[in-house]
Amino acid sequence: MTRLSSPEKLECARKDIVSRIDPTKPCISVCAGAGCLASGAAEVIAAFKTELEFHGLTTEVNTKGTGCPGFCERGPIVMIYPEGICYLKVKPEDVPEIVSHTIKEKKVVDRLLYEDPATGTRALRESDIPFYKNQQRNILSENLRLDSKSMDDYLAIGGYSALSKVLFQMTPEDVMGEIKKSNLRGRGGGGFPAWRKWEESRNAPDPIKYVIVNADEGDPGAFMDRALIEGNPHSILEGLIIGAYAVGAHEGFIYVRQEYPLAVENINLAIRQASERGFVGKDILGSGFDFTVKVHMGAGAFVCGESSALMTALEGRAGEPRPKYIHTAVKGVWDHPSVLNNVETWANVTQIITKGADWFTSYGTAGSTGTKIFSLVGKITNTGLVEVPMGVTLRDIITKVGGGIPGGKKFKAVQTGGPSGGCIPEAMLDLPVDFDELTKAGSMMGSGGMIVMDEDTCMVDIARYFIDFLKDESCGKCTPCREGIRQMLAVLTRITVGKGKEGDIELLEELAESTGAALCALGKSAPNPVLSTIRYFRDEYEAHIREKKCPALSCKEMIAFHIDPEKCKACGSCFRQCPAEAIQGGKKLIHIIDQEKCTKCGTCLDVCPSRFGAVRKISGEPVPAPVPEDKRAIA
Amino acid sequence: MDISRIDQIIDKHDGEASSLIQILLDIQSEHNWLPKEALKRVCERLQVPMSRITHIATFYKAFSLVPKGRHQVHVCMGTACHVRGAQRVLDTVQEVTGVKSGETDSDLKFSVETVNCLGCCALGPVMEVDGKHHGNIAPSQIASVLNNCE
Ligand SMILES: Cc1cc2nc3c(=O)[nH]c(=O)nc-3n(C[C@H](O)[C@H](O)[C@H](O)COP(=O)(O)O)c2cc1C
Ligand code: SF4
Ligand code: SF4
Ligand code: FES
Ligand code: FES
Repeated sequence: MTRLSSPEKLECARKDIVSRIDPTKPCISVCAGAGCLASGAAEVIAAFKTELEFHGLTTEVNTKGTGCPGFCERGPIVMIYPEGICYLKVKPEDVPEIVSHTIKEKKVVDRLLYEDPATGTRALRESDIPFYKNQQRNILSENLRLDSKSMDDYLAIGGYSALSKVLFQMTPEDVMGEIKKSNLRGRGGGGFPAWRKWEESRNAPDPIKYVIVNADEGDPGAFMDRALIEGNPHSILEGLIIGAYAVGAHEGFIYVRQEYPLAVENINLAIRQASERGFVGKDILGSGFDFTVKVHMGAGAFVCGESSALMTALEGRAGEPRPKYIHTAVKGVWDHPSVLNNVETWANVTQIITKGADWFTSYGTAGSTGTKIFSLVGKITNTGLVEVPMGVTLRDIITKVGGGIPGGKKFKAVQTGGPSGGCIPEAMLDLPVDFDELTKAGSMMGSGGMIVMDEDTCMVDIARYFIDFLKDESCGKCTPCREGIRQMLAVLTRITVGKGKEGDIELLEELAESTGAALCALGKSAPNPVLSTIRYFRDEYEAHIREKKCPALSCKEMIAFHIDPEKCKACGSCFRQCPAEAIQGGKKLIHIIDQEKCTKCGTCLDVCPSRFGAVRKISGEPVPAPVPEDKRAIA
Repeated sequence: MDISRIDQIIDKHDGEASSLIQILLDIQSEHNWLPKEALKRVCERLQVPMSRITHIATFYKAFSLVPKGRHQVHVCMGTACHVRGAQRVLDTVQEVTGVKSGETDSDLKFSVETVNCLGCCALGPVMEVDGKHHGNIAPSQIASVLNNCE
């Protein structure tokens, strides 16, 4: 591949690529994102190849694997162009029908379309599906338009024009001005204005500077960075080069977690392609600007996502946070000024330059501009990635986009902001989602994880869960974090196993205060999930402590399983499946559970036919005595 | 163990001390663990003290200083998976394999590991066996997946 040595040559190359695309030619794109791959997308793609070959259609029909468009729950997702038909949950067995019906005869396979659960109407196109209709997918929609491994696809949709514009029509100050005007705030956690970090680095006298992509995505339950870097790696790279030009850096790093092998593969490929074409390396597009970039794999430590720890890891050391008396923007990697931004932040940079700061600020609120991608997961009907303008209410996200809570259950809380965030109760669902409103509610934006919980989730257990997570992830360097978290975990565990004491809630609040004195934000924000659950769900804590009852029937040590003798029909399902052999059964005999042997796995409740519904979970009350031997026979 | 292969890995990273973590990751991905001789070689070639190498190898979860099983089972314990029953998945995996999380069985068949998030949160609970994800996994399906491993 030849290097493109001027903006004109880039435009020529782009025209050439576009001219070779026939918009009327059928194209089958299959989402090859991690979620769809886990549901069998690779087998679907292989089936399409075989089937097209069988019909002799390989040259007449294009096929491509794209990045995640968000609706992972319904994957594998197949889109048929030019019509834009969207098929969901496609299996390899469906492929022959799609090819013969849709590709050859131009007919729709109805059963693969989205069906509205309320009305039963089917949606032909993606844009007709309520999940998508209520979003504003400025960034995510690009994933669908390209094969994540193809640079030509990226160039075809205008890729690297922002870089070319920056290098030839804008001074670094102009770029800085545009980003400042856009009021872009970091999407990785704190929501710090991007331009301020950039400016600090730019003004630092040290001539060696770095720019860095934080693709560690340590937040459990969030996967937007994964989707972006896998699905559209060039857009991240382009944003990074633009940032480098603005701050005067010539070297960059992309820190990706090793748990995301496809992201590592795709970003490495993108860098190779970009250097072959002259977007990376010496004299980029003939502008005289040089920039090289290296991928650094994380090795599985949450704390390494913290800026100073990440920089230490880049130096090849154990990634422990450092005190930041001087900002990393001034003294970062090897003590040189280093600008670190999140994946989604960099993706926004590319768009702001292409479409302008005014376009960007037309979305969102005054304090939080643009759109934000959320990972809407947990107990929600439509799980996946959701991009909405900042300021949309939680209720709209959960009901309009997410389709509400499945299984007729009741909504309990939504957890935002990951381990540093908090739980928001139903009464606050009309809260507009932006950086400041979430903080006011005792939670935070974080990277955008939204974990929805229904009535079956115990809020004390959730607090314990996060503190347990943080106990493992604390680097242990500073005492308030190490000891504070350990003590909080001991108290929370005590409460969830039914040994809570009066005063435990107050003790947690006290511990939270001292943990706040920790060195980095991991320790400082660790109490958030605890404090927010105490604030909004204090009654659940009290029930655990005073009544020895878990209202959500979730804490294993506080529940028991019981078979209702009136309802048991002796079908034997539970008896056969109980892994602990804790159930005594027999033909026409009421089944009973030996509480000593029961491991509380819950299988009996799952397998008891719903028409009998004989198994019950109980908490906070004594388990009824088993039916005496002579009364067990069912008439 | 093939020392020349270790040398190749080190050379791929230009023998730079700052690439230490990347070198260890490459060795780990080839051997499934970090054998002592390999670490000694890295120590000599990069001129970094053994104490720093052991510090890194114990700090990061990806590394193991003991041999791992032929089949790697990862159970996601991330928040999205947690609220959808990850604990029951883990309990069942431990029961089926007889291996506790963080451990390997004596005939080196299975290593069981918990992870914080595999990035397929929409499909929680998620279990990964030898790099293949199993989304929306129900405890009752686990035995059949694992029994397929030789
Ligand atoms: C313990 C800890 C973990 C973090 N993990 C991440 C992460 O995985 N990804 C990320 O982008 N930011 C993470 N952050 C926030 C970063 O320190 C930093 O603020 C951010 O990457 C800056 O980018 P932004 O301004 O574009 O958001 C973490 C912070 C802390 C304290
Ligand atoms: S499955 Fe239900 S009805 Fe059947 S024996 Fe068990 S408890 Fe009784
Ligand atoms: S909860 Fe599990 S162990 Fe206890 S009786 Fe039911 S199936 Fe058996
Ligand atoms: S991975 Fe396919 S839709 Fe998300
Ligand atoms: S929380 Fe389990 S895959 Fe993300």
